Amino acid sequence: MTIDKARVKATVLSLLFLVVLLGLWQVSTQTPAGAPAAGNDEYARLMGAGGPQQAASGFPTPAAVAAVAIKRLRQPFYDNGPNDKGIGIQLAFSLGRVALGYLIAIVVALPLGFAIGMSPLLHRALDPFIQILKPISPLAWMPIALYTIRDSSVSSVFVIFICSLWPMLLNTAFGVANVRREWLDVARTLEVSPLRQAFLVILPAAAPAIITGMRISMGIAWLVIVAAEMLIGGVGVGYFLWNEWNNLSIANVLFAVALIGAVGMTLDALFGLLQKKVTYAE
Amino acid sequence: MRNEASSVAPGVRPMVEVDRLGKRYRPDLPPVFEDVSFTVGRGEFVCVIGHSGCGKSTILNVLAGLERPTSGVVVFDNRELTGPGLDRGVVFQGHALLPWFSVEQNIAFAVRSRHPKWPHAKIMAHSARFIEMVGMTAAAKKKPAELSGGMKQRVGIARAFAVEPKMLLLDEPFGALDALTRGVVQDELLAICASTGQTVFMITHDVDEAILLADRVLLMSNGPRAHIAEIVLNTLPRQRTREDMHHDPRFYRIRNHLVDFLVRRSKLIQAGGSDAQSGLRTPVTVAPGEDEDSTDPTPGRDARPFAHLSVVR
Repeated sequence: MTIDKARVKATVLSLLFLVVLLGLWQVSTQTPAGAPAAGNDEYARLMGAGGPQQAASGFPTPAAVAAVAIKRLRQPFYDNGPNDKGIGIQLAFSLGRVALGYLIAIVVALPLGFAIGMSPLLHRALDPFIQILKPISPLAWMPIALYTIRDSSVSSVFVIFICSLWPMLLNTAFGVANVRREWLDVARTLEVSPLRQAFLVILPAAAPAIITGMRISMGIAWLVIVAAEMLIGGVGVGYFLWNEWNNLSIANVLFAVALIGAVGMTLDALFGLLQKKVTYAE
Repeated sequence: MRNEASSVAPGVRPMVEVDRLGKRYRPDLPPVFEDVSFTVGRGEFVCVIGHSGCGKSTILNVLAGLERPTSGVVVFDNRELTGPGLDRGVVFQGHALLPWFSVEQNIAFAVRSRHPKWPHAKIMAHSARFIEMVGMTAAAKKKPAELSGGMKQRVGIARAFAVEPKMLLLDEPFGALDALTRGVVQDELLAICASTGQTVFMITHDVDEAILLADRVLLMSNGPRAHIAEIVLNTLPRQRTREDMHHDPRFYRIRNHLVDFLVRRSKLIQAGGSDAQSGLRTPVTVAPGEDEDSTDPTPGRDARPFAHLSVVR
């Protein structure tokens, strides 16, 4: 009962914050009848004196962004040529690239992480490589990828692959290396075959660590795809965002930002569910 | 009324023969134990008592095949022991159930390891029989985390029994249980062992537990350089129960003898240095219940053994 009460209170407070935030936004962006605000003036000057629309409205009000969002979400899949596609198509491209790069990363990271976790020798041998490759910003790979792969879309998949790889690899290795000695001893005294041991003892024991790694990887991949698409252009939410910036349509930029946040949150929530499934109480 | 199990029939070798076992973890330190030799007869229940650090668990792990000794040989069922195997069932100190499996799945996992070719139904039926043996049928679908400590330990025992090993190895299986639960599970173990004639090697800290369960008790001196100082025959009849054994005058003689060893003599043997050691390398076998005068050194009969320990150590 008390938990429910606390939850209700938290929700009410959240909504209150939202209302205050939107209110502040509305008040600060409203164009008073008459001359535009000084801030907007300066902003317009910075933007190179701005177009007529810019001077009139400046930073969009929440209502303006909502209107854009509704318009965009009503027609998510229209396709009017390379620079004008529905937001659904943009999202689908981004998610597709993430999924592909991420899946390849799983295929590489899980078996390799398993091997590293099982073999201290392999761990020591590969550790220097991992340590030096891990801190490299995924976008730093972009020129190399573009030069060697020569296809911008595939290059972005490669960048997703490389950024998803490390958390999964390290967490899998950690999870596998730290399976409780007792459980392995049980398997040994029962003369369990290596394959059964891998799938019925080590994998379930390491699963929470592995899923944590996958969750972190997914978060990073979603961060990186937006940046990568800004670089490579074409289709995708990252490119859409950058394109709308070039159009100076801040309402669309804000809509894209909110959308990126919502999708990232959903992906993370899905992994949260998966994590709950594989977590065991000792 | 002496137990027959400990006496080996002529021509039959004991289940386990341990010969001059030693373990050294670091070359610059003395071995944890050395020159440990003993046998476990077929159908015999042997307990080991000793202070922490004397290497009891290591000896059990060597018997389980999970650890290698630095020196010495173990012959198990006429063969030299080289690694872990299904012929020895291990009940681990911390039960070691796989937490992602239910009770049933934990047992079935062991049974399938023993009989990989059995059909699913046969494996489940065999598992169910052993779950019932420890009275866990009602909780068969539960995960270990949903069970109490005593229930978990019962499942651990059922798992070890379900592979029908030639010998059972128990590493302080009841150490984490409260006194009431411990009594219940001890009675169960006693009943199962009596009905199956199981050979058992068990480590314990509990003197009463050893007297209840063991045919023979191996007393280990303190480590490092621990060794078996004495082998105590349990002179109580084998049909003893927790309810009646303390009415037998032999019970107190055995108990006092064991407690006296733990609180006093195990230290003296170590402090006595090489001369005391050399005399004790071949452990003496004593039957404290029978010769009345020689062993009753302490007047405090009712004192709990571990109340002393905390003062002495």
